[in-house]
Amino acid sequence: MTGPYSQSFAIQGKNFFNAGKASTEIKTMLKDLGIDPAIVRRVAIATYEAEMNVVMYAEEATLIVEVTPRAIRILVNDRGPGISDINLAMQEGYSTATAEMREMGFGAGMGLPNIKRNSDDFKVSSTVGQGTKLEITVNIN
Amino acid sequence: MQLSEVRRLLACDVFWGEEFLDRAIKYGCASDLMSDVLAFSRADALLLTGLVNIQTIQTAFIAEIGAIVFVRGKKPDEAVLKVAREKKIPLLGTPHSMYEASGILYQHGVVSTMECSSGVGCARGN
Repeated sequence: MTGPYSQSFAIQGKNFFNAGKASTEIKTMLKDLGIDPAIVRRVAIATYEAEMNVVMYAEEATLIVEVTPRAIRILVNDRGPGISDINLAMQEGYSTATAEMREMGFGAGMGLPNIKRNSDDFKVSSTVGQGTKLEITVNIN
Repeated sequence: MQLSEVRRLLACDVFWGEEFLDRAIKYGCASDLMSDVLAFSRADALLLTGLVNIQTIQTAFIAEIGAIVFVRGKKPDEAVLKVAREKKIPLLGTPHSMYEASGILYQHGVVSTMECSSGVGCARGN
């Protein structure tokens, strides 16, 4: 690999039918690159949770995946309501989900904690009324 | 145990994936919460669930679940079957409740993927 490999995905909010497509493509891409399956699984889970958060709460987002020989970085930048209390959102079980989201099997307050659990470095920043930014890093070594 | 044994023990219908009945099942998890499946499952585990929609299959694919058993007689529709075929995840259905189905498999040595307080009968305690 000469330089970082990068790919960008557009995620549409409220589109439950397409939810998971970006994560599925990323998972396949990382497998094809020959990355360790255990690392691929961690990235896939973190990315899928991030994607579901966009689908459930935001209007739209850009998801960028960067692969370097040392790490995989996922950047998610959404346009949406933002998170007013990030510390609260990081607590397992805290959720502002609607009944529709819960019917999909999500919205149990595990999204951000699950992303953290599966990443080596995780940063979340948000501006209420504008959107949320996630930076997820999973080390390869 | 093999997936064919799960089928026998739980009197399952096979909705799709006859050719995968020789898959080895070592761990099980039972949940309708897909985030819990993402958090606590393991690759190649069996998922027992009452949630029958596309996100169930998508979650199973991301978490590398070996097979799904829908409980209490629930059946997937064509849209769900289509995604399962694409992702090569066998789908079975049992008339048992989630509680009963879990109990039967646990009795036959399929341990939990989740951490448990006793440290016995779960992936991390064995």
